[in-house]
Amino acid sequence: MMGIENLFHGFQIAVTPFNLFVAVVGIMLGTIIGVLPGLGGANGVAILLPLTFTMPPTSAIILLTSLYWGALFGGAITSVLFNIPGEPWSVATTFDGYPLARQGLGGQALTAAFTSSFVGALFSIVLITFFAPLLAEVALKFGPPEFFAIQLLTFSSFIGLGGGNPLKSLVSIVLGFILAAVGLDIVTGQLRMTFGLVDLMKGFDFIVAVIGLFGIGEILLSVEEGLSFKGTPTGMNLRVVLDTWKVLPRYTRTFVRGAFIGFWMGFKPGGATPASFMSYAFAKRFSKHPERFGKGEIEGVVAPETAAHAAGGASLLPMITLGIPGSPTAAVMLGGLIIWGLQPGPMLFKEKPEFVWGLIASMYTGNVIGVAMVLAFVPLFAAILRVPFAILTPLIVAVCAVGAYSVNSRMIDVWYMLIFGVIGYVFKKLDYPLAPLVLALVLGDLAENALRQSLIMSHGSILILFERPISGAISAVALFFFALPIITPWWRRLRGVSVPAASPRET
Amino acid sequence: MRAVDLATASLLILLGGVVVADSLRIGIGWGTDGPRSGFFPFWLGVIMILACAAICVQAWRRPTDRPFVTRERLAPVLKVLWPATLMVILITPLGLYVASALYVAFYMRWVGRHGWPAIALCAIGIPLLVFVVFETWFLVPMPKGPLEAWLGY
Repeated sequence: MMGIENLFHGFQIAVTPFNLFVAVVGIMLGTIIGVLPGLGGANGVAILLPLTFTMPPTSAIILLTSLYWGALFGGAITSVLFNIPGEPWSVATTFDGYPLARQGLGGQALTAAFTSSFVGALFSIVLITFFAPLLAEVALKFGPPEFFAIQLLTFSSFIGLGGGNPLKSLVSIVLGFILAAVGLDIVTGQLRMTFGLVDLMKGFDFIVAVIGLFGIGEILLSVEEGLSFKGTPTGMNLRVVLDTWKVLPRYTRTFVRGAFIGFWMGFKPGGATPASFMSYAFAKRFSKHPERFGKGEIEGVVAPETAAHAAGGASLLPMITLGIPGSPTAAVMLGGLIIWGLQPGPMLFKEKPEFVWGLIASMYTGNVIGVAMVLAFVPLFAAILRVPFAILTPLIVAVCAVGAYSVNSRMIDVWYMLIFGVIGYVFKKLDYPLAPLVLALVLGDLAENALRQSLIMSHGSILILFERPISGAISAVALFFFALPIITPWWRRLRGVSVPAASPRET
Repeated sequence: MRAVDLATASLLILLGGVVVADSLRIGIGWGTDGPRSGFFPFWLGVIMILACAAICVQAWRRPTDRPFVTRERLAPVLKVLWPATLMVILITPLGLYVASALYVAFYMRWVGRHGWPAIALCAIGIPLLVFVVFETWFLVPMPKGPLEAWLGY
């Protein structure tokens, strides 16, 4: 088995003292970031990205992925103890996690949440280990039309599967692409939409956009909603952990179902949130005691957490094999790869195998270290939320400013950050999704070049996307997703089912 | 809610118009060796205008309307926003460290009504930590002002 051998080689890279240290630091910071309001995974990775410019790329990506795992774990802490979902995919965890904590079973709920996260993520990582090289092998044969078709699929899934208003998803995507097009057109050397302003010539940095949209926007939203942390005690000790572990094997089917749903939904963008809700709904439907759900059922914590983390892991699969991120956090990491001088995409497996396999191996070590650390230090992390918000708020704003400036050492970026913050606040309130905007901003140049090269190949005929077998199939699925918001209500009416309310969306 | 929804969509239509106009200026057709620079942004602008027009229609038709934000709930948002703007303005003359220290101190006193010892600890401690991590460990320079110059940085 090639995969096993490569993985073994990867472990030799990931399990050096320095890289293990980096993973521990990453998980520590990530969990703190996940617990703090306004600092999600994407934003945390964006702020720390400039710090990695001087590090070796493999250590840098290990730091960022560890941060990502940490942020995922941190989201569970706030959901269970404070009833505050730090991330949208933790919303379903609050349904049963918080009632459990109110009944004094917070320790059990947290142990179940962390263990499920671990199992879900591990499932995805194992699948990534075997599928990633195969997918990369296939992707090596891809030309510009195939890559553009995948981009179409990426964005169509936000519109078709994202929930919420499809028109607003479309506007978010287009706005991201427009912002990406500002500045120098690298193909023709022409300036676009700069209007003679020097500051616009370098365009908009997506890292600054992420910090503004997610960091400042989120903090504005949370002060508006009134930050009040009525936390319940953690009630966590070794005994509780071991006792909970004894009970958990009962939910094997929920674990397996959640992991599959998570992986399947997760490698498409925007999948983690619907995956967590879907897994919760399935667990409830198949349970012998569906009436207990929502009142404090361990299974109601296991189901969404397994799915959310399986999805979180799966979103890294398209990033490393195709160079197309599955989530905003993966998008920021992808930006990091470009900054470190690596070309994301299938060639990475050929040109930088030590990087790819080091990264994959670090996902295993990161998760093992992560689950051990959060289990051990939950009270410490929970204590962060007891810091008064009049200290947390300016601290987060100041850290965001530092992060925005350090990207390019440009003052104008700090202003952009503030403006993006206000945009993020208004967009969030009006239900414009932010994730597709960020993804479009990151992928803008790649998508445009793929489209232009495809058109050059076909001498101007857009039909090339449908004429080649692989790109044709992908484009067809993309068109189907684009049409889904129109088809679904019509289909439901045909079957006489009323249209349910839109599901919560990804950020 | 409806007013803000309409205003946002209208602004975006305006933006779409600007994009379309600029794309037409640089050419949206076929150049010597492929699509010209304006080709991609032109269609983005067109989609933007159409989608936002549809959003306007939706917003207009929506029967129930709740306020976008009430006055009481907007107050804390502005309390974060305008001191933050002031901080960004002050970064240029004073440097980032002093500006963020002032911002943290001001916000803690004004909104949180914390005691001066706690304020001093946070307002000095946070920028100092940023300095140690960014400036000395990772060698990422921040904008500096007279205080840092006086200290010899």
